Amino acid sequence: MKRRGREFVLAAVLGAILLAMAGWAPAFFEPAPLRSLLTREAPALVVACGMALVILTRQIDISVGSQFSVCSVAAGLLAAAGWPLGLVLPVAAGCGALLGALNGILVAGLGLPSIVVTLGTMVALRQGLNLARQGEFVNLPDGVQWFGLSQSAGQAVLLVSALLVLVGLALALRYLAAGRQVYAVGSDAEAARLAGIRPRVVTLAVFTLLGLLCGIAAVMNIVQSPQVQPLAGSGLELKVIAAVVVGGVAISGGRGSLWGVLTGLVLLACIPPALTHLHIEAYWEKAIQGAIILLAATAEGVRRRKERH
Amino acid sequence: MVNPTPQPVQPLLVFANIAKNFGAVQALRGVDFELRPGEVHALLGENGAGKSTLIKVATGAHAPDSGHLVLGGRRLDALNPATARALGVACIYQQPALFPDLTVAENLALRLEPAGAWRRVDRRARRVRAAELLQRLGADLAPDAEIRDLSMPEQQLVEIAAAIGAGARIVIMDEPTASLTQREQERLFAIVRTLRAEGVGVIYISHRLEEIFALADRVTVLRDGASVGTHAVGDMDAAGLIRLMVGRELAGLPPPGGTVPGEIALELRGTGCAAAGVGSVTFAVRAGEILGLAGLVGAGRTELARVLFGLTPADEGEILREGRPVRLDSPQAAMAHGLAYVPEDRRRHGVVMELPVAQNITLAAHRRVFRHGWLSAPAENRVAAEFIARLGIKAAGPEAAVATLSGGNQQKVAVARWLATAPRVLILDEPTQGVDIAAKGELHRIIRELAQGGLAVILISSDLPEIIGLCDRIGVMRGGTLREILPGGTAAPVVMAAALGTNEKEGAA
Repeated sequence: MKRRGREFVLAAVLGAILLAMAGWAPAFFEPAPLRSLLTREAPALVVACGMALVILTRQIDISVGSQFSVCSVAAGLLAAAGWPLGLVLPVAAGCGALLGALNGILVAGLGLPSIVVTLGTMVALRQGLNLARQGEFVNLPDGVQWFGLSQSAGQAVLLVSALLVLVGLALALRYLAAGRQVYAVGSDAEAARLAGIRPRVVTLAVFTLLGLLCGIAAVMNIVQSPQVQPLAGSGLELKVIAAVVVGGVAISGGRGSLWGVLTGLVLLACIPPALTHLHIEAYWEKAIQGAIILLAATAEGVRRRKERH
Repeated sequence: MVNPTPQPVQPLLVFANIAKNFGAVQALRGVDFELRPGEVHALLGENGAGKSTLIKVATGAHAPDSGHLVLGGRRLDALNPATARALGVACIYQQPALFPDLTVAENLALRLEPAGAWRRVDRRARRVRAAELLQRLGADLAPDAEIRDLSMPEQQLVEIAAAIGAGARIVIMDEPTASLTQREQERLFAIVRTLRAEGVGVIYISHRLEEIFALADRVTVLRDGASVGTHAVGDMDAAGLIRLMVGRELAGLPPPGGTVPGEIALELRGTGCAAAGVGSVTFAVRAGEILGLAGLVGAGRTELARVLFGLTPADEGEILREGRPVRLDSPQAAMAHGLAYVPEDRRRHGVVMELPVAQNITLAAHRRVFRHGWLSAPAENRVAAEFIARLGIKAAGPEAAVATLSGGNQQKVAVARWLATAPRVLILDEPTQGVDIAAKGELHRIIRELAQGGLAVILISSDLPEIIGLCDRIGVMRGGTLREILPGGTAAPVVMAAALGTNEKEGAA
């Protein structure tokens, strides 16, 4: 059970923070703001699950924010044109899958380094979107926000959906041969190839899946407000990669779990409201999040160093 | 010609009873060696006889466990790379270790100028010195040429220039002609002779006996990590050297045979792959038979295995499985046709170190072990337990990480992975390399049992007794193709001579 150690430590840290909040700032646990907080993070959780798969295969995708923005605007425009959400969702997901597959083809097909490829697509997509939209917001018709339900019902739908994605992917990772192949490729792509696995197909698949999840997350995002911001996803890549790394997924691939990613995301998301409740200046927020990331990276470094001896 | 020396010359380098172990493996078991000034001293031995380890002791990369060396008149227990260099040892590797983006002059300066980040760089002096050194070697190279634009032999020349420039008295050349054309080779020989005339001692490693006869003054033969004799080259012939290299009894292997081979499982007809450097390979292996592939490093054995497993697909000839032509253009295709390949160098690619034993065993057999792609822990553990018992894998349990296992047990996991795919043809590439004696014996027993169970086994091994004792037939590869097929139990010198290509009568393969 040593392999699960990281997830337990994380859960313990999160538990300790929540306990501390219960003592000093019980207002943190008021249902409405807490639910709003978690709902705001639901799209990020969906993207983080996909990012975890990409990082498990020893790749990275820093273009998720741009993919998310493009899908959000596309979904917003379709919704504004009167499409039902039931049609908007698959189209946005397909649009994201195409963008993800583009990254995947460049990385797996041409063997280019993923950080360079996705840096390129990040900038290209963002600037393309700026050019096309000139920073214009998309106003959504009534009945889109919260799926036309009450706010709390809509929030519940989003939270449950995000958790379903997480559980579904976690089960697939554990119980599907494809999931095992993700770990094998991330541990040692050449060994995986010699074992009859196609590392390039696996790589293309995880990038495509991440794009698809960005599309789904975009829809989960636009239903939370009456307008779509043109750059809804800026900064999303940092938040998501941070959650994955804090959650114990090795940046060198092959090791980690989605449960850790959930804990990591919630941990990072709790920092700003916790600071507010404790009357600490908001300037500390990023500093503390940064410290947590460094701590996680250090823990990973210590683990690897120990392993070598 | 060896000059008869009336009074003993002070040797440049002496190894006295040098021994070195890596874990349970004895790489060197007492080597005596002496290098005199102005001689070319050849070092000869089979793959794994200890040549590379001995070189690493001389360059200070490895410290010996026992024995001592004498260098520059000083008695030393061990060297480190800096001392070795300071005492005039230089090594020219097959693959030159130069900086490709820097020029010849800059590369030489990096080796020859004192360290220190703040010293002033005199570019003119660098170029002048580089030009001088290159001229001394008779090398037609511009000091301003970038290394990446140079051919392999030209890069070797830069290495040699660096060695001379550093005032090396002892130059070690490890298979320097492996990638040279005839002309380039002659130029290199001329340079070696120049070095000898200047009183430098050259340790020359090569598998090519004709080079040793053409160039060397004396030869020391290593066998199983020990020196078995030093002779003046003029006193030896090829047969004598081969006898020295392989002359040992085959220990502990039961004689082959006992099973009647079945149908032809795999047949190659003129198979080759230009990119992999193998061509026109023809042989057939039957169910229940162990076909050995012997040959020197670089003879094309691993390359052939990679062709058969679809890693570098064949672009020449035919491959037949049970009489039907098949295309093996990917590992998936090879697996679908019942082939399995346990690669060389299991540490890197034979097993996935981060995954537990059970997951490693089922990795190639997901479709067989798990119906509909759903992984189930009970099914996985059942399969893992079966192979752990069958191959006698010693692990804390199926959940233990493979990284925690010994080399022999990791190798068994790699073999188990492929047995789990229920193959018809099993290719084993150096399966006992770097495992201890006990595990080696077990692996031999397992390989024999697998063949008796009806599997066609292709065994690539540089361990001659293993090949000779275990295989029903022995294919000998040289220069990227199969030269001869010898019966199992053939005397080691005959196999060695075929691998070296010293006997001219080449049987039809």
